[in-house]
Amino acid sequence: MSAHFPNDSVGLIKPTTQRFTEPLTLFSGYTLSEYELVYETYGELNAARSNAVLICHALSSDHHAAGYHNADDRKPGWWDSCIGPGKAIDTNDFFVVSSNNIGGCGGSTGPRSINPQTGKIYGPDFPHLRARDWVHCQARLADLLGIDQWAAVVGGSLGGMQALRWALEYPQRLRHAVVIASAMKLTAQNIAFNETARQAIISDPDFKDGYYLTHGTNPKRGLAIARMIGHITYLSDEAMGNKFGRNLRSGSFAAGADEAIEFQVQSYLRHQGDTFSDNFDANTYLLMTHALDYFDLAREYGDDPVRAFSNALCDFMLISFTSDWRFAPERSREIYNALIGAQKAVSYAEIIAKEGHDGFLMPIPRYLEVFSAYMQRVRATLA
Amino acid sequence: MSTTTDIIERWIKPNASVLDLGCGDGSLLRSLMQTKSVTGYGLEIDYAKITQAIGNGINVIEQNIDAGLDNFADASFDTVIMSQALQAVHYPHVAVEEMLRIGQEGVIIFPNFAHWRCRYYLGTRGRMPVSKFMPYSWYDTPNIHFCTVRDFEALCANMAIRILDRAFVNMKDRSPWLAQRWPNLFAVNAIYRISK
Repeated sequence: MSAHFPNDSVGLIKPTTQRFTEPLTLFSGYTLSEYELVYETYGELNAARSNAVLICHALSSDHHAAGYHNADDRKPGWWDSCIGPGKAIDTNDFFVVSSNNIGGCGGSTGPRSINPQTGKIYGPDFPHLRARDWVHCQARLADLLGIDQWAAVVGGSLGGMQALRWALEYPQRLRHAVVIASAMKLTAQNIAFNETARQAIISDPDFKDGYYLTHGTNPKRGLAIARMIGHITYLSDEAMGNKFGRNLRSGSFAAGADEAIEFQVQSYLRHQGDTFSDNFDANTYLLMTHALDYFDLAREYGDDPVRAFSNALCDFMLISFTSDWRFAPERSREIYNALIGAQKAVSYAEIIAKEGHDGFLMPIPRYLEVFSAYMQRVRATLA
Repeated sequence: MSTTTDIIERWIKPNASVLDLGCGDGSLLRSLMQTKSVTGYGLEIDYAKITQAIGNGINVIEQNIDAGLDNFADASFDTVIMSQALQAVHYPHVAVEEMLRIGQEGVIIFPNFAHWRCRYYLGTRGRMPVSKFMPYSWYDTPNIHFCTVRDFEALCANMAIRILDRAFVNMKDRSPWLAQRWPNLFAVNAIYRISK
């Protein structure tokens, strides 16, 4: 069946939708009476149930981290570079669980779902979320799958924040946290980018205060601009320069040429925006970026990250990318300094890469080498 | 077990917290973890060695000593080790100062450039020594600050650093009486335990 998929692919994957009927009280105080989570798994859970790895997804991704949903899919899951047989997260060794978070638009309960209390679409009334709400959902999923303790919780960017939160909320339930291109909190510049993206969505006339689904509209333009802003910040100056330079897609600078001039980068960005806004939900984008902004690992620990980490029991692996200016290496250094202050086990690698924040999704050789070495260390300690 | 590792092990207290500056593949730290139950971290900048150190199960942090160590708090470790890195840093005296700020004690291992073979090579050929032990040419080498046993002791005197222990080993990593009696001539590597 999967004969035409690459050998190092997990192949054809079918997501599972799990309904949870036990009410979940969120950090905001709002209680979801019931909710659904969509997740995928790759590899086999061993008899000791000790080889489970949780993947936490970032802002705009979902449960589909590896493999293919259909035989004719053009692209595999978003982290296929790192998950599969023989890859950094080796599915020959690990049972990998990748869950879509609530509030998302990948099938889990979110703004597009029906609110059972009103019988109407949640839309903008979906409760505010914090990273820890996702962590609690993932813990319930672990209960359901019979996983008492993850071998590792792994995530990049906003996913890395969830891995950090896991270490503080459920210290007994993970042995390793792998935190890639992440931070303990966003900088003002980072929040500013998110706010600009949100304003692009909110000011789209089709946004209708978030009730666009009931109005039969879709704030596509706003969402596309939000994505374009985000996308620029996920790449680096060098990466964009290498990919597009000042190449033209149409027109000419020659005297007498009258055709409109368009740079390659313009059409690329518009394409990114359009594809994204076809599939993504505007309210989800607002929710997720707010959760990113609100995240502050040490807030409730007297703003002292050393104190925050003193509760952690797991080992940490941190990786950053030199050209990442949204989650710069300095953010990872702050994490390891706090962990050293708390006398916790931590390793750190800083990958020289031009790919910017998106580096964590890319098959950068040294990144994969370090990531693999650490996951093999995780494997070596499996019961 | 090498003599050098043996000597260092004797100098480290059980359960000590250790920072290893330039930890390489982490084998020294790993050995200290096994024999003395130390905890701690290694700093390294060589990519291949970082990967090996991860595989060796030690805490390895990619950080350049030359870029500063001010992220480490005063007296936050029992012992700070620097093995075969003194000659590779930009400002060895600053690195030593920092070691003794961060740690209660420092352990330093460095090659002795006044070893008779170096002197002979330089004396007979008039050129910077290149050997199996020091395989680099002068223009392309990580070792930019060679010193001698006497140089190091003079530096310690200048900086009011106390030498708590010293040991000297030869090419075969043994510690014969010649190297003990005339270290500046016969020690290939010098090993010092120091404090402020």
